[in-house]
Amino acid sequence: MADLANTGSLQIRDVSKMFGTFRAVDGVTLDIERGEFLTLLGPSGSGKTTLLMMIAGFLDITQGDIALDGASIADVPAEKRNFGMVFQGYALFPHMSVRDNIGYALSVRKRSASEIKARVDEMLDLVQLQEFADRKPTQLSGGQQQRVALARALCFAPPVLLLDEPLGALDKKLRVEVQEQLKDIHRRVGTTFIYVTHDQEEALSMSDRIVIMRDGAIEQVGTPVELYERPATKFAASFLGKSNFITQGDKTYALRPEKIDLRLGQGGSDARVSGTIRSITYFGSMQRIIVDSVQGDEIEVDIDVWRNQEALTEGAKVDLLWQEAAAVELHDT
Amino acid sequence: MHALRKHIHPGWLIIAPLLVLVVALYLGPILNILWLSVTDPEPGFGNYAKLGESDALLRILWTTVRICIITTMFSVTLGYSIAYAMVHCHQRQKNYMLTLLLVSFWISILVRTFSWLMLLGRKGLVNVTLEDIGLIAEPIAFMRNEFGVLIGMIHYMIPYAVLPLLVSMQALDKRVMDASSNLGATGAQTFWRIYLPLTTPGLVASTLLVFILSLGFYVTPAVLGGGKVLMVAEYISVQLLVTLKWGTAAMLAALMLFGVLAMLWIMSRFMKLSTVFGGAAR
Repeated sequence: MADLANTGSLQIRDVSKMFGTFRAVDGVTLDIERGEFLTLLGPSGSGKTTLLMMIAGFLDITQGDIALDGASIADVPAEKRNFGMVFQGYALFPHMSVRDNIGYALSVRKRSASEIKARVDEMLDLVQLQEFADRKPTQLSGGQQQRVALARALCFAPPVLLLDEPLGALDKKLRVEVQEQLKDIHRRVGTTFIYVTHDQEEALSMSDRIVIMRDGAIEQVGTPVELYERPATKFAASFLGKSNFITQGDKTYALRPEKIDLRLGQGGSDARVSGTIRSITYFGSMQRIIVDSVQGDEIEVDIDVWRNQEALTEGAKVDLLWQEAAAVELHDT
Repeated sequence: MHALRKHIHPGWLIIAPLLVLVVALYLGPILNILWLSVTDPEPGFGNYAKLGESDALLRILWTTVRICIITTMFSVTLGYSIAYAMVHCHQRQKNYMLTLLLVSFWISILVRTFSWLMLLGRKGLVNVTLEDIGLIAEPIAFMRNEFGVLIGMIHYMIPYAVLPLLVSMQALDKRVMDASSNLGATGAQTFWRIYLPLTTPGLVASTLLVFILSLGFYVTPAVLGGGKVLMVAEYISVQLLVTLKWGTAAMLAALMLFGVLAMLWIMSRFMKLSTVFGGAAR
């Protein structure tokens, strides 16, 4: 097994990818630390998967350089990079048993049968699939296949694990469960995880850092808290969570719906905006209230249900209140 | 009517006319052949007993099987390479290749067989050229022997070999091969351990198709073999048209039918035939 203690940092320097005249990835520069759980988040067509494929070595880099622990890997073919990868749809080998799938990487490296067996057993323990070792992938559920793919990719102790929308095929309830398992496995193996998704909840709940991508370029990088609390642009604010946008003079502010308080009656001295309730939608733990402000803006307010002592009704006149710091100034036009 | 519906799905009534046609025009004659083989010229298994008595018959059968095996081996191997190239080249080139493949289907077997004579016969293009530039003194005997028959048959069979392989290769998930190389497998390892096993159903389908079609070859051995290479189909036609021994002909036909069925049965012991004939791979 490779020593993971001092390997697994990636340096991405001004990387671009052209498909004909289309610029899929546009001058991305990014430092990924060893052992980090980094998520590339963006809508489809934002270049996140293309960037991942260049890191994996399946796509050539048109411009720029990618380095592992400081040494360029741009010219190293995919099979020599030693990066694990969990594919979208898993891409398990359908003709092999779970055990053979997981042991494949060691088997093509011509390791001894006893070493492969020991390591595969270890991986089966890690993903809790001991009793499924002799099944074929098609005899497993989606969540189990996902774990086989993970074990297969981690079996040869790669310094970096790439995950391409690994939860895309699972239903919502299972996803939350698998997210927990993934986080747990990340903590235990200490490998650098690079995770591609378009699901903001996944990104927020699992990542050490998130890279928001848009049109092939990086929009903003930061921890989940930084990105949620201090989005830099309108795109970042609306892609990660929901946001209201309020214009004052030539400045635009992002304001999260749950950071607004709402009070019946109009004209309070501490009110920032007054308006009329247009609609109320009940979500169980909270209710979403749409307010038409007197300035003509539409403002969304999320209120905990338990706090709502007074019965709010559609058409009621209300004041909106929020802390000064809740409104975040945006830096794009 | 109501009582009938209970036992027979109404769908059967819709396909019944076709079913009757198939039975009458297809199964009927086949049964007739089987019947002939045990009744002509006299009732009993006399025709089948000839197999044990006649060296000539056995020699013909052996020639047929040998030629079919060699043809199948070469056609399928070459077909595999062609199908692989077609699947992995650019869409434009793929369309050209597919067109060429289909065009070769449309050219009559007679034309294709005689064009080999023009090319490789004693006074054919190749021999004349080689003689003119002085490489050989005597024409090389490409034709009028088993070698010639093989050239013609393999050439004819390659498109048939390609199609099932093409289908099975196109159905493969490319990411599975990516996964293999990502896990550190070399190109050769990916081919032998992933690609080949996953295209085996196509390979078996292609082998069966080529072998079974080869068994019934008639024109190519007759023309390119120059009368020296006698295969079963040609022998049957001689029995039917020249010596008028319909019983022997029917026996040989029945033998080929059972041979093919036996092959399918043996195959089915090793793998699910439905995957070979386009069913979902499991």
